[in-house]
Amino acid sequence: MNNNTEIIKQTLAKRYAKERRFRALGMVSVFLGLMFLLVLLVGILFKATPAFTQHYLSVDMNYDASSLGVGNNPTVSELEGANYRGLIRNTLYEQFPEVTKRQDKRELGALISGSAEYQIRDALLANPALLNTNTRVQVLLDDDVDTYLKNNTHSGRVSEQQIAWIQKLEDSGAVERSFNRNLFTNGDSREPESAGLLGATMGSLYALTICLLVSFPIGVMAAIYLEEFAPKNRWVDLIEININNLAAVPSIVFGLLGLAVFLNFFGMPRSAPLVGGLVLALLTLPTIIIASRSAIKSVPPSIREAALGLGASKMQTVFQHVVPLAMPGILTGAIIGSARALGEAAPLLMIGMVAFIVDVPQGFTDPSTVLPIQIFLWADSPERAFIAMTSAATIVLLVFLICMNGLAIWLRKRFEKQW
Amino acid sequence: MAAESTEEKTNKENTKVDIEQQLGETVGEQFTKEQKFSLRNVDVFYADNHAINDISMDIAPNEVVAFIGPSGCGKSTFLRVLNRMNDTIDICRVSGDIRLDGEDIYDKKMDPVLLRARVGMVFQKPNPFPKSIYDNVAYGPKLHGLASSRAELDDIVRTSLKRAGLLKEVENRLDEPGTGLSGGQQQRLCIARTIAVSPEVILMDEPASALDPIATAIIEELIDELRENYTIAIVTHSMQQAARISQRTAYFHLGKLVEMGPTEKIFTNPDHTLTENYITGRFG
Ligand SMILES: Nc1ncnc2c1ncn2[C@@H]1O[C@H](COP(=O)(O)OP(=O)(O)OP(=O)(O)O)[C@@H](O)[C@H]1O
Ligand SMILES: [Mg+2]
Repeated sequence: MNNNTEIIKQTLAKRYAKERRFRALGMVSVFLGLMFLLVLLVGILFKATPAFTQHYLSVDMNYDASSLGVGNNPTVSELEGANYRGLIRNTLYEQFPEVTKRQDKRELGALISGSAEYQIRDALLANPALLNTNTRVQVLLDDDVDTYLKNNTHSGRVSEQQIAWIQKLEDSGAVERSFNRNLFTNGDSREPESAGLLGATMGSLYALTICLLVSFPIGVMAAIYLEEFAPKNRWVDLIEININNLAAVPSIVFGLLGLAVFLNFFGMPRSAPLVGGLVLALLTLPTIIIASRSAIKSVPPSIREAALGLGASKMQTVFQHVVPLAMPGILTGAIIGSARALGEAAPLLMIGMVAFIVDVPQGFTDPSTVLPIQIFLWADSPERAFIAMTSAATIVLLVFLICMNGLAIWLRKRFEKQW
Repeated sequence: MAAESTEEKTNKENTKVDIEQQLGETVGEQFTKEQKFSLRNVDVFYADNHAINDISMDIAPNEVVAFIGPSGCGKSTFLRVLNRMNDTIDICRVSGDIRLDGEDIYDKKMDPVLLRARVGMVFQKPNPFPKSIYDNVAYGPKLHGLASSRAELDDIVRTSLKRAGLLKEVENRLDEPGTGLSGGQQQRLCIARTIAVSPEVILMDEPASALDPIATAIIEELIDELRENYTIAIVTHSMQQAARISQRTAYFHLGKLVEMGPTEKIFTNPDHTLTENYITGRFG
């Protein structure tokens, strides 16, 4: 007995040393992981911050009927077709009477964003009484001016003259930097200052809804059948192997499949979230099936025996006991699957969701794009302001993903029961 | 010390050889005049493992039969034959003629769901549902529509818990999870759950293995009381318990039924040397 105690004492020291080494290693790897994440997040956040604000110019807008080229009592269609660009330019020219040359005038006009004329038009259409009155309005500055103001460096896209004018406007307190609402309320645009993510976000939401509506019930039912009801034979083994293989298929292949089946064979609309959702459903299906199967498998068999022993049918046992107990795992699988689907761009490129679409989609069949593709599109755009926008879009996508993971954790906690 | 253990080993080997020679036809009275269950030439295999080897016996109505025998001899397996719980194990095959009230329970026409409602089971390991104590007991009656109102269901739940000797301890926390009870309490909860559906036959696999003497006494009383209306087969490792509660006892060994007969005879004057060895505690 004494001998054993001595031996155990000796090995104990070694065992503890091993444990300490392992713990140290674990902490180092957690720390490294967090560091990488931090570097990534800080980098993106830093790059994205400029995109969350924009420079506006406050001007006294005189809704002068003659500048607009309409009579004093214009009809709606006359108002719609009025010369707003001229109106805005005239307002600017009044502030800089010294500018007379045609070339200079054009440069002066270019300080204001092209979106301003639509803003003014909409304001006037909404309230025709503004005609021939003077109101102070805030209009967006052009993206090149905005970029210049944010970075204060010459990029060659604004001339010396323009810089001088901006300086003068800033000194008069007319230039203001405020939150970029457009980023969250607009669809895509060729002009960075009025481009927004709403279209892509809605597209993602619609596609994800379809994806979950299709893949969740099918995936869970398939998993339940395979795990609880299917006979154990070679066919089922074959199906199982194929589902596992399917999970490893590159996502672009699912895009090709969608193109061939949904678009070419069934003639569904191009660029629609409906088709995107179906393709994403194919993509998430294996993940959901595999996760659900392992969740169902981990329900202790004694629970099944208890229910069967009381005279519950197979169906009742499965749906009243096994599935509720497996639910946290099933939901986690579904949400991890759809989080992956949310971040997919490749398969959606194949079905035309990469098109440039300005309008925010209103339904499942409206053409639209999705967040990862929006990131791709903006990253590909030449305007400098899109660099920050790309990072901003990445952050929105990340926030979306974090929300989904949070939801997964919350659902897990809610459904989790001890046994 | 080393020398001793070798000697012990050879001793053991000797007994083993003896056992195999001694294991032959069942001795005693395994058949009865009236039959609730009648089993003839039952064999059970787990893949290649011959767990039950050609067992024939009867179980009479309103009697308590005790199954005793060393660990791993097939008592649980045999009990599970009686309500077709072995169907749930893929590798398990059952053959033989097994009748409940004259009906072949392994016949295609027999509905295993109905069978299990008629032949209830308390499992060896307590397996409460991860639901409230109330829902655990109410599940069976709800399943079979045994209660027409909430009050009636309440009544069934309380009576069942009371008969299993658990009501006092859980009266104020019926909505707490059944899995949060102690091992012995869980065991009684499972008994309450089984008797709540009032099956004709109750199979109990070591229902008192985790109970203190007081709770054991309550369960034994319950079994005695249940006998008036039900038939009970019980597996137990306690000789005293078998002697106290059962009318007949069956002794299993290595998948065979060695001896079966009136409990008194088995415990006082067994015909088979193996039975005698076991009940006198010489091995097992
Ligand atoms: N699910 C199973 N799969 C494979 N073999 C099994 C299974 N259950 C039991 N066996 C085997 O069948 C034989 C009898 O087991 P059984 O559980 O019936 O013994 P027991 O008499 O109830 O023992 P104990 O008193 O320890 O509960 C054992 O050899 C065991 O290994
Ligand atoms: Mg057992």
